[in-house]
Order: sequence, then structure tokens, then C-alpha cells
Amino acid sequence: MPKGSVAITAERCKGCGFCVEFCPTHVLELSSAFNAKGYHPPHMITAEKCSGCNLCGMYCPDFAIFGYKFPDLKGGKVGPA
Amino acid sequence: MTHADPRCVLTGTHFINGDAACCEGALAAGARFAAGYPITPSTEVVERFASRAPTVGGIFIQMEDELAASIALQGMVWAGQKSFTVTSGPGYSLMMEHIGLAAMTETPCVFVNVQRGGPSTGLPTLPAQGDMMQARFGSHGDYSTISLVPSTPQECFDLTVTAFNLAEQFRVPVMFMMDECVGHMTEKVVIPEASEIELYPRRRASKPPGEFLLFEPGPDLVPEMAHAGEGYNVYVTGLTHDNRGYPLMNPKMQRELITRQFEKISRAADQLTIVESEGVEGADVVIVAYGITARVSRRAIQMARDKGLKVGLLRLICVWPFPEKLIRELAPKVKALVMPELNMGQVVIELERCAGGKCKVISVPHPGGTVHKPADILEAIERGAQ
Amino acid sequence: MSTTPELAILNPVEEVLRKDRIPTIWCPGCGIGTTVNSFAYALMGTGIDLKKTAIVSGIGCSGRVSGYMALDSFHTTHGRAIPFATGLKLANPELNVIVYSGDGDLTSIGGNHLVHAARRNMDLLVVCVNNMIYAMTGGQAAATTPGNSMSTTTPYGSFEPEICLPQLVDACGAVFVARWTAFHVKQLERTMAKALKKKGFRFIEVVTPCPTLYQRRNNMGDGLAAMMDYKNSQQDQERRPHLRSGHGARRRYHRR
Repeated sequence: MPKGSVAITAERCKGCGFCVEFCPTHVLELSSAFNAKGYHPPHMITAEKCSGCNLCGMYCPDFAIFGYKFPDLKGGKVGPA
Repeated sequence: MTHADPRCVLTGTHFINGDAACCEGALAAGARFAAGYPITPSTEVVERFASRAPTVGGIFIQMEDELAASIALQGMVWAGQKSFTVTSGPGYSLMMEHIGLAAMTETPCVFVNVQRGGPSTGLPTLPAQGDMMQARFGSHGDYSTISLVPSTPQECFDLTVTAFNLAEQFRVPVMFMMDECVGHMTEKVVIPEASEIELYPRRRASKPPGEFLLFEPGPDLVPEMAHAGEGYNVYVTGLTHDNRGYPLMNPKMQRELITRQFEKISRAADQLTIVESEGVEGADVVIVAYGITARVSRRAIQMARDKGLKVGLLRLICVWPFPEKLIRELAPKVKALVMPELNMGQVVIELERCAGGKCKVISVPHPGGTVHKPADILEAIERGAQ
Repeated sequence: MSTTPELAILNPVEEVLRKDRIPTIWCPGCGIGTTVNSFAYALMGTGIDLKKTAIVSGIGCSGRVSGYMALDSFHTTHGRAIPFATGLKLANPELNVIVYSGDGDLTSIGGNHLVHAARRNMDLLVVCVNNMIYAMTGGQAAATTPGNSMSTTTPYGSFEPEICLPQLVDACGAVFVARWTAFHVKQLERTMAKALKKKGFRFIEVVTPCPTLYQRRNNMGDGLAAMMDYKNSQQDQERRPHLRSGHGARRRYHRR
């Protein structure tokens, strides 16, 4: 059961790969698909490992991705770490 | 219009020099903040301001150079204050970059230049009027500003107030072009009651954040102003920008922005025709002069009248924008226009253009360092009267 | 997979960004946007009044940061962000004034203003994004370009050594001096938050990749390669502290 997920705005992505490289749990990969500008935006390959830590969001220079935690049944909150 | 704050107005009759009168004018006009850098012969203005400002809740900061001073004052304006700086030739050259910024961002402020002989270090303690073209065209790119020239310490007070008012009305940097003679001349200066000093208030945003556009022109093409810290999230840039202030760099936007910035001044040509004329009606020769040179010309005019010549004086108080309409109307009525200047012939180029060949235009150039000899101006009058 | 453009929740940094200005002008692999993330989280985390916060930039790639922030933004002339900010702060002391600009802007053309603002302990936070090159104009050598680097104006390698900004600003009397890289996002956020809460002249240098105009000419790979370099050299230095004498740009300087 993943603890969180990422949200990607593919059209903002410039394909720098920071999020893929620095994801601590290696959840992401640059996809083979193109966005309108011709870059390869990331997608999740191992979604179940995502902790929603938002380190990808901290690194993304184009504000195209961010991580968020799923609501914790024990009373946690929704939103990024 | 509002009135000056009595706490800042030194009402009374004083015996002070032009630099001091300029400082009092700025305080009366509501300037509580100034940034400067010392340079002869303008330093007395900031020295006085540095001592006066804290007593009325203001601040003077001496910056590390004129580049810094000329932009720090714009920071003060965007924080909601009235502000100015004072300098002379070499410092004025350094300030050119930010006169362009003030024109582009429509920042109301006043640049005082107590002119001295140049180029370069030139004559630090002696007068000249060699920066007149620089006042109009000195910064790169096209812009239109207003330049006022006082010829007495009394005018240094009165016109400094006018300079601030025009800056607020048109949202332009106003050049206050004194010279060493006027700056260091000590004379009677009468400072009126605060209630008699009218001030043009800042054009503040009339719409709430969200609806307000920072560079949306009003009916007179001048936009309203919101300041930092008022919740408007202003965006001010020296780049060509749209009505929101966002950079938009294309020929269409450039045309729209720059033509508007010119037109807001050119539309007010009548208001900005500020001259003093004496004996111009029926004169054969009219001396067109400004600043200290106009005072010297009076002596020459007296000498010419003693010889039976019909001579008048047209003293330009607002040199830029040039009183084009007035000169075009005057030129066909006279034999000659004589223009003495403490430079090698700057404003006379504009005079000649506006005279359009309808009369002789005689330049009386002077490289500066002292004022004209009345005899030199008289000689030009006699040539013109022939 | 969450690639839908309409998201139920927004990227939290958008709260302090001008959304209508995105995408940014920055190249793929540029680190300036990354520093903006740290800055955005620091702004939101400290809870300072954003209506009373102004950001001033000079000219250059990093000079565009002010225009992307939903604050009172001032994009001034080249090198003169600090004196503009000085005027802003003096005339309205309630404002939190942040100068966010580049290395060429703040240290070469604006070097004198940096020195004197630090000397007079002006109440400003200055963030200097150091990409070691004049990038906006096409990759000319800057005061921060490391010696022997290739650039368009140093086609045989630059002959001049680079300036060390934290030491300079420290010597001028700044009360808070820090240096991070774009890799150290969390550390940078914490440092920025700390600096935002402090008074006086605060200076943070952030070393960032410039893949297009610095690294490409010096065979240093892309933006990611630079980020990996920052990461690895930090680990090297932690293991072997005696290596710290190198370029020095990648180590944390000091805070007080």
C-alpha cells in the first residue's frame, strides 16, 4: 500500500530528470511519450513505493511535479510532506 | 490638490543660497526621503537635507555612488514616498541609466543637477549649462521628460515644488537643472505658508487588487500607482511591458507603450509652456535664455534699450518639452532670436528648428566657467537688429 | 499514474508563484527553478506576511525570479537590485525585502552595492544564484567563472581566478552568510527560512547548474550531471575533509 503519490503537469516538464534521479525510492522514470514541447515527462513505474515525500517537487525547476501523502486513517492530513 | 505639511515648511523670509532653497522646496513638496552622493557644487542640498529630514520623520541616505543613489530613490518612491536625488555633471552621467528606468517604469521622482563645467571632471566649482541636451536625451532609448531651470534662489524653492508636482501629475522623472551660480548665490527667499503651497497628490490605485492594472492608462494617458506592501503584488520591470506590468517584448507593445509615454507629455504642451516674457510684444530682437544666463541677459537688454533698440526677453523656465508652439508664433514677428547659453550651443538647435527660418537665430555660446559678458550678448543683439 | 492536467490539489509552491507566468524562460536542467522551490517553501513555512514582502532582482536569468513570484516584484537594472531594495526598505521598514539575483549581476556590475549594503548592515536578504557564467547574454566569463574555464569571451580559458562570495560578504560585515548548491534543497529551505526570520544583511549563495552556457563549453555534461557532482563532492568532502580546499563552491561556508 503506497503512502503517497505524485502529481505531474506534463506540459510544464522540460525533461531534466532531476525528479527521477533524486527520488529516494526510485518511483519515477522519464516516459517515452512527448509533451507538446517535445520533452519526455516522467511517469511512475513503481507507484507502490511512493512515500509522497515531495522531494521531486523540491527539485523540479519547472514546478511540474509534486508529491503528496495519502490521508492517514489514523488522523493524518492530505498534502505534501 | 492638497496642501503642504506645515511641519516641513520653513515659512518666512530667509537669506539662503539656491542649494538650500532647493532643499526647502523638496521638503515643502512632501519629499521626506532622498538618496545622494556628494559632488560639488550640489552637496549643500543633501547636507541640508541630511540635517533637516530626521526632524520631519524622513531619511537621507548617502549611497556608495550615483548609480546607487539614483535607483535607491526609486525604491523609496515604490514604497510610497516622494523622493529625489541631487548631483552634478559627472554624477548626472552615472544616473542616466536610472533616468531611463524611471521613464520606463513611470516612477515619479526628481533629479536635481547643479550644473558645472565639463566634460568629465571639468570645472567642479564653476558654472555651466552643458547638460541641457543630456537632460533631454541622455539615457538610451526614447523617452520624454520634463526639465525645469531656475534662475534665482527664490525659484529654486518655487520650482522644486513645481518639479515634484509635475512628476506626480505625469509620472515622469523631472530634471531640475540648476547651475553653480544659482546654486551658490545667496539671496532673499520667501517661503510661503504651508496652506499656500499646493501639492499634486500621488495617483493612487482606485481599484482593489485583482481588478487593478498597474500600467493601465487613465484618460490623460497616465496610469495610477500601487506601491509595495499594499497587497497589489505589483510587477515593475524596465523591460517593455503590458498594462499588467508583465514583460511583453514585441514591436506592437513597444509602439503602444513608448508612444503613450511620449503622448502623455506632448498632450500637455500648453500646461508645460512655462516661460517668463518681458518686452516681447513689438520687439525686433528677443533674447531666449534660461537659468543664470537670463539674468545676465537683462543687463545686455538694458544696454541695448539705452541705444534705442527694441529688445525683449523670453526666459524659458520649462526647457523640455521645448515651447515649440510659442517659438513658431514668435519667429515671424521678430528680426532675430538671440540665445546665449553656458554651452557651445545646445538648446539653440531646438530654437533654430522651431524658428523654421522665419527669423535669424543667433547663438551666443560660452564654454562655461563664468557667465557671459553683457557686451557679448549686446553685440549679438546689434547683429540681430540689423 | 497521475498525469492528468487538472489536479485535485495544486502544487503547494503555486501559492507564492504567478501561475500565469509559467512556463519559465529557464533551460532544461537549469537549477534556478529548484532554488525557487526552496525559497517558496521557506516563505510559506516561516509564515511571514506575504503582502508585506517584496522581491527585487537585477538583470539576467536569475533576475527573472522576481517576476515569477506572487509578491511585490521589481525587475530593476543590471547590478542595481540592492540599492533599489535599500530605498524600498528605508522608505517602508515594514516590508520584508529580498534581493534574488545572479552572480554576474550582484558581484560584478553590482559588486560595489553588495559590499556597501553588507557594510551598512542593510536589513535585506540577498540570495545570489551562482551559475558561474553570464548566461542570459550567451555564456561570457563572469567574476565567478572558475579559472581556466572556457566561455565565449575566454576561448583559450579564463586567466582570472574566481571570487569567493561568502568570504567577501563576511569580510564586509554581513550578519548571516551561507552557501549551498541546488542539490541541497532541504538544507537551502531551512537556511532561507532561518535567514528570513533574521534581521540585518543576510547573504545566501546557491551554486546552480548552467548546462547550456557553462557546462556545455567545459564538457561538464547536463544539469543532472552537475547536480550529481554537487552530491558526490559533498560526500567526498564528508569522507575526506582535507579535500575541502578545492574550488570550495560546493561546501557549506558557515553561518553565525
